[in-house]
Amino acid sequence: MSTRIFGEPIPRREDPRLLSGQGRYLDDLGHGALAAAFVRSPHAHARIVDIDVSDALEVEGLVAIYTHEDLPGQVGHPLPLLIPHPTLTQARTPYPLAKDEVNHVGEAIVMVVATDRYLAEDACQRIRVDYDFLPPVVGIEQSRAADLLVHDDVPDNVSAHMLQEVGDAPAAIDAAPHRLHLDLDIERSASMPMEGKGVYARWDADDRSLRVYTSTQASTSVRAAIAARLGLPLDRVEVVAPDVGGGFGVKIMHPWPEEVLVPWASITLGREVTWAEDRREHFVSSAHERAQQHQVDVGFDDDGRLLGLDVTFWHDNGAYTPYGIIVPIVTSTQLLGPYKPGAYRVEFFSLYTNTVLVTPYRGAGRPQGCFVMERTMDAIAAYLGLDRTTVRERNFIQPEEMPYDHGLVFQDGRPLVYDSGDYPATLEKLKKLVGWDEFEVFREQARADGRRVGIGIGCYVEGTGPGPYEGGFVKVETDGTVIVATGLTSQGQGHQTAFAQVVAEELGVPVDKVVVTTGDTRRFKYAVGTFASRAAVMSGNAVALATRKVREKALRIAGDALEADPADLEIVDGVVQVKGTPGATIPLSTVAVLSNPLRYAFDEETKRATQFAAPADVDKPPIEEGGEPGLEATAYYSPPRSTFANGMHAAIVETDPETAEIKILRYCVVHDCGTLINPRIVEGQIHGGVAQGVGGALYERMVYDESGQLLNASYMDFLMPYATEVPNIEIDHLETPSPLNPLGLKGAGEAGVIPGSAVLSSAIEDAEGIRITRMPISPSELYHLRQKESTTR
Amino acid sequence: MTAAEQRHEVRLTVNGVPRRAVVPARRLLSDFLRHDLRLTGTHVGCEHGVCGACTVLVDGRAMRSCLQFAVSVDGAEVTTVEGCLRPDGSLGPVQQAFQDCHGLQCGFCTPGFVTTITAYLDDRPDDHPDPNAEEAREAIAGNLCRCTGYQNIVAAVQRAAEIRRADRAEASQ
Ligand code: FES
Ligand code: FES
Repeated sequence: MSTRIFGEPIPRREDPRLLSGQGRYLDDLGHGALAAAFVRSPHAHARIVDIDVSDALEVEGLVAIYTHEDLPGQVGHPLPLLIPHPTLTQARTPYPLAKDEVNHVGEAIVMVVATDRYLAEDACQRIRVDYDFLPPVVGIEQSRAADLLVHDDVPDNVSAHMLQEVGDAPAAIDAAPHRLHLDLDIERSASMPMEGKGVYARWDADDRSLRVYTSTQASTSVRAAIAARLGLPLDRVEVVAPDVGGGFGVKIMHPWPEEVLVPWASITLGREVTWAEDRREHFVSSAHERAQQHQVDVGFDDDGRLLGLDVTFWHDNGAYTPYGIIVPIVTSTQLLGPYKPGAYRVEFFSLYTNTVLVTPYRGAGRPQGCFVMERTMDAIAAYLGLDRTTVRERNFIQPEEMPYDHGLVFQDGRPLVYDSGDYPATLEKLKKLVGWDEFEVFREQARADGRRVGIGIGCYVEGTGPGPYEGGFVKVETDGTVIVATGLTSQGQGHQTAFAQVVAEELGVPVDKVVVTTGDTRRFKYAVGTFASRAAVMSGNAVALATRKVREKALRIAGDALEADPADLEIVDGVVQVKGTPGATIPLSTVAVLSNPLRYAFDEETKRATQFAAPADVDKPPIEEGGEPGLEATAYYSPPRSTFANGMHAAIVETDPETAEIKILRYCVVHDCGTLINPRIVEGQIHGGVAQGVGGALYERMVYDESGQLLNASYMDFLMPYATEVPNIEIDHLETPSPLNPLGLKGAGEAGVIPGSAVLSSAIEDAEGIRITRMPISPSELYHLRQKESTTR
Repeated sequence: MTAAEQRHEVRLTVNGVPRRAVVPARRLLSDFLRHDLRLTGTHVGCEHGVCGACTVLVDGRAMRSCLQFAVSVDGAEVTTVEGCLRPDGSLGPVQQAFQDCHGLQCGFCTPGFVTTITAYLDDRPDDHPDPNAEEAREAIAGNLCRCTGYQNIVAAVQRAAEIRRADRAEASQ
């Protein structure tokens, strides 16, 4: 190799296009298309009595109005249950357009198609829907009480009830020298990508084929869903994820009602149809996450070692469960973090409420789990008068205990076995980075100045890169360009750069010769999607494996041409050469020409591959048996189970003694995601995750009133952090390669967000000396906690 | 049928090129740029003036194009992210700084940052030739990004200022 490209913080290949306004996001396509808009329920729970569209028919530019009754057969049926689970006994999924009943504000009832969006919205405003109101169920407490029901036929509002046990936790807790009980709550937040969802469909009536562009994290699966719903042969449907303006989980959910309805309308009308979600729609008709209430019983010894841990929690799944119960399953398994819990028992109830449905948001149940476990660690430390890091250290799984089997089933249906990680070393690095041992000096200085400061810590382990598989296609073109395709999608993770680095390194070509396409079913048909920090692990390894096949083939063909043993060949800067023999070379572009025996030349270069161009062994077929023309290969990577990344964060906060304002003075991250393809991209992922963690801990919440109205459905009122709210982030890496995959990768996408509420609650508690048991926390909530504390003292 | 909407001719100079289109009075400047002029670099993240993704320069000042009607800027000079390139088509100073500092991920918010920062650095007579980190952070405090955590965007503001200083030094030689 001339220069190593794998592992280098090279600038992103996608940037010049995106920076110059040449990105192609969903709403940048289809200028001539008809526009769709939706009438959505303004009520949280109601029966639809009548829909009167007569006034809307007047609107200039109106093309069509559809209600549930207009949707034929499958098209109108409830959307699929994407991830069934044996404990999800009461799954309910929404209709694309509501039938008879609405279960949350924002549920789609009528679809309008017009010549432009303004006119489509005009028509929507003229449609009158009459409702019979039903009492809504809002919040976990009301749902648990079950005096009112979301779905008539789900008598206790429970969609799923799941229990996992290792050992006898209640008995271990009873027998433990010390016991604590904690109640811990997290409120709702949401992914909130800057670009909402959107769908643009083109039906080609002559070709009887459909092309759908959708702002998704799972184009292959959207394709399958559309084909099934619309009764089209799969090979007549193409789905393309164009540039996607952020996902963070909400776009892994699919098919959204619009992903069925817009293509259907396009076929029905024989016209191009497009729909781009507006911000309010995104708030009330996409998905939220995070809301859970937890009860913890823990038993431990005099040193703070866990003997038994018993967690029961209630998960608010909103009005429907199309994505199954992945989020609470993740919480229930990942809350264990880097620790050995002793005996463990975890039970959860997933509950219906008349609110927007819940699907994974970056972290997907881990932030809640981490909050629960880390609050428990802090409580044990406080109870025993030990340093918080000491208690953690004593409970760590040690590096020599890897692989470590928890005896539980993880979200991928596989055993929860940690593959690798060095938790003591991670903690050591973090303590150094943040200056843990010197903090008391700082606290004293601050106190002398009348300031109140605190330090907090949060540790997590994250199962990343779950299967079942991803694939990669690699092809060397006759001009030397290397074409790479993988089916999973990109929403800003820099895949066009990172995968190019993998291929460049494996093949021995300059990185700027490599062109990567993702999320386009025309280019790669088999894929799962981008979620659970899996893209680098899954597709990174898949393209590496495909590249290795291409390299092997290239060396074989070059060996023939150079009359050399392929084992003596290497590829440097796109040229195959005999090691140590200058002069004996052949460019990969020529190898690509030779790889495809031709009858007809189409330019100078390809004359080399025609039948009279060179002497050949006339007894052998031009393509060897079992071989294929072209310098290309496809390969798949399918791991036995997830690989486990880990990290620890620490924060120093200052709280204002008067106003209770909370300011983050420092935020430190030590992170181990195995081998790094591009450290700069990984750091960017951490920065973004931390910002969302800070948002979730201090600012963001979905505020529903008792009638099920979302009171803060705008960027004005839902407080996402601006630059002024996000601290400077200090990062240190550890690289413990995963033994599970050829490149040693672990996922990095969600790491930054996971410990946000854990770390900041820990730091605020340390500053204030008041127990923090629910997040997010605002200054006014902290202020009230102080008042409560002073009256009870 | 409702009465057809009254339409108005709007003439603007966009990125130095005179453009015209006939649109209804309620057409937002953001939609006008994106759909009538097909300059889709300007993005729409909220349509209520909070996120800044739609920021363009109107007569040199940063404005949220989702809060303006196209008809209300008739005759103005508008610069969008497409107009922030160098005359030779390569990345302009702010754009280059974003690539250098990894200041973008999905890129959806980015055009609004590029225009905002361009205006900030250009903001004469109150020029900001060399903002410190705190000033750089303040300069972008009105724009939302959900991907980057802003750290690298803050760095990009400073890097852009540095590139511009180098440009000026070169030009004055
Ligand atoms: S789209 Fe204009 S400020 Fe958000
Ligand atoms: S880069 Fe994605 S929103 Fe800023």
